Amino acid sequence: MATTTASMQENLSESKGQHSVSLGLANFWVAMIFLVVALILGVYQVAERSGFFPALESPTLYFASVSTHGVLMGFVLTTFMIMGFGYYAATTSLKMSLPGKGFAWFGFWLALVGVLIAAVPLLTGNASVLYTFYPPLVAHPAFYIGATLLVVGSWVWCIEMIWMMMIWKKQHPGEAVPLVHFGNTANAVMWLWTTIGVASEMLFQLIPWSLGLLETVDVGLARTLFSWTLHAIVYFWLFPAYIALYTIMPKAIGGKLFSDEMGRIAFVMLLVFSVPIGFHHLYMDPFHQAGWKFVHMFGTFMVALPTLFTGFTVIASMEIAGRLRGGKGLLGWIGALPWKEPMMAASGLAMIMLAFGGFGGMVNASYSLNTMVHNTQWVTGHFHLIFGGTVVVMYCAILYHMFPRMLGRQLYSKSMAVKQLWLWTIGMFVLTIPWHVIGVLGQPRRISSTPYDTPLVQQWDVHEGAMIVGGALLLLSGLMLVWNLLKTHSAPQEASAMEYAEPIHAAPRVPHLLNSFAFWNVVILIYIVASYGYPIAQFFLNPTFGATPWGV
Amino acid sequence: MHIDETEKRWVWITIIMTAIMVGVLTAYAVGSNVHPPSGFEPIDSTRLHVEGEFMEENLGVKTNPDGSITLTMVAARYGFYPSSIEVPVNTPVKIRIASADVLHGVHVPFTNYTTMVVPGYVAEVNTEFQKTGDFSLLCNEYCGLGHDHMWSRLKVVEKSGS
Repeated sequence: MATTTASMQENLSESKGQHSVSLGLANFWVAMIFLVVALILGVYQVAERSGFFPALESPTLYFASVSTHGVLMGFVLTTFMIMGFGYYAATTSLKMSLPGKGFAWFGFWLALVGVLIAAVPLLTGNASVLYTFYPPLVAHPAFYIGATLLVVGSWVWCIEMIWMMMIWKKQHPGEAVPLVHFGNTANAVMWLWTTIGVASEMLFQLIPWSLGLLETVDVGLARTLFSWTLHAIVYFWLFPAYIALYTIMPKAIGGKLFSDEMGRIAFVMLLVFSVPIGFHHLYMDPFHQAGWKFVHMFGTFMVALPTLFTGFTVIASMEIAGRLRGGKGLLGWIGALPWKEPMMAASGLAMIMLAFGGFGGMVNASYSLNTMVHNTQWVTGHFHLIFGGTVVVMYCAILYHMFPRMLGRQLYSKSMAVKQLWLWTIGMFVLTIPWHVIGVLGQPRRISSTPYDTPLVQQWDVHEGAMIVGGALLLLSGLMLVWNLLKTHSAPQEASAMEYAEPIHAAPRVPHLLNSFAFWNVVILIYIVASYGYPIAQFFLNPTFGATPWGV
Repeated sequence: MHIDETEKRWVWITIIMTAIMVGVLTAYAVGSNVHPPSGFEPIDSTRLHVEGEFMEENLGVKTNPDGSITLTMVAARYGFYPSSIEVPVNTPVKIRIASADVLHGVHVPFTNYTTMVVPGYVAEVNTEFQKTGDFSLLCNEYCGLGHDHMWSRLKVVEKSGS
């Protein structure tokens, strides 16, 4: 008995080393700690904005809080979560250890130091420019420099993912790269293309300008560069959720993946169509011709396709599992699914939120319809539902699935995990349905109070009240997540392997184009030059007037 | 390479659905001339008050010989100038607005008037107000700590002489 335990321990520590467990855990814990901080700020913000608590009212605190909340949720939670997921998924699916482990740790520390550097001006109100930067409002240079270090840290992860795919392909000539790693590498490649926009804005505009090296920046150019990053970044966040739906969920619920190839097609489409469509964030900006906005609208609708394909494959995979478990009839398989499994509950809930959020997204993407909702609370409601809802609920499921396997222990409480996921989803709907409604009722986004003399203000009140309840439910749910995973560190030992879903039709070999990114990189380059080339060049071909820095 | 028959059908359905949506949007854009703000008209935001159409005395409503209206405005922290505007209903209005300082946005809820106001560029929107009444111009882009207080009034009145 003693020897068995000892050898189990040995196996476990060996697998921990090979699978870079400590690197994965470090990334996951950083993500979760900042998630909780951001949730607390979120509750303060809904309460402050409602106007029900006069003692809370303070635009200074509010906008410092919104800026911090946005940076933590959008940049920090996501980046660390994606890095942790990628490292653990890559080492377990490719069955190889991480090359250049020290380099990967360097990326982690660089990103973390960047966050801490940016946190100082954020928390002291010296970077209340929101996470989208909004020049000519200027923040302390430390904010821009810290944010840039975070992005540079994430590039290390991108290089690691691509590097691992190259090593694996060399060792397995002609074989299909496991879907999970094909997805993570697609995300890494996409992120490198994506960050060119924001990195250029930072390095050539905001950092030198905030340091006083440049007198002015062209705000039109800055916004155009940011739009380059602004839509693809949401696919960077979304990728791990889709990857988990394709490659982890079917196995976790006792079924098979409906189609491996469709997953590859969806990942390639997301990669190609995410970056060159950013102008739907600039529909209302005055410095681009409507024709360019129209061109970007086409691409924006194209990027809906991989999501619609994914919806089908994911639901079909669920149906296979439901029928294998004895579910009968047209819809009887739904009830037969293992809803008490966190991965199942999260996947089902994520799909529901994706359906509603996707509908709202179609409105935003519409060349003309967007006029009605642009910069209203509708938009904030939309991205909270898609990102905070679909994406984060899948992040939670990934954590519940990977933590026990990384630690070689049972999950502290499965039922608490399932309750947490439901609570998160309910909280998200209670928060975002009213949020969409007040948007349609005309409330602008990014306000800390509503001192307008229009009767609309009274119509908004009831919705603001509901949003406070939603925010509180989300905070409670977030704390349950952290508690459960913290306790998992000392839960009873149980070794279970990290396994990935098998497709019904095994795909040991796939077409070259679905197993490599070289060709797609050329396509992306051509597409980006076509859609962004002239719109960026116009700022250099014509005389324009820059803006000097303004305090908030 | 294996793609299931049902899945192939679904792919076609999604492509047709998407094509219909894009088709409708294209039809409205081309057929009814529904477009977002357009153009590329740089302007020196620091000199608005010194010269040209955005000087204080040139702001406000002007009736053109063809009966249409040109409304010239400035957005500056934290207000829209002129702060009180009256325009006739069902009349083509060309609204030209420029920022004197930072980024702003303007939205008149329940009308088609919205645009970003970006320092360095003139924002021009052509629209028509279809209902009479009191409307609010709300700044819908974060412009600083006083952003919430940036709003003004727009009154849409019956056409004179009708």
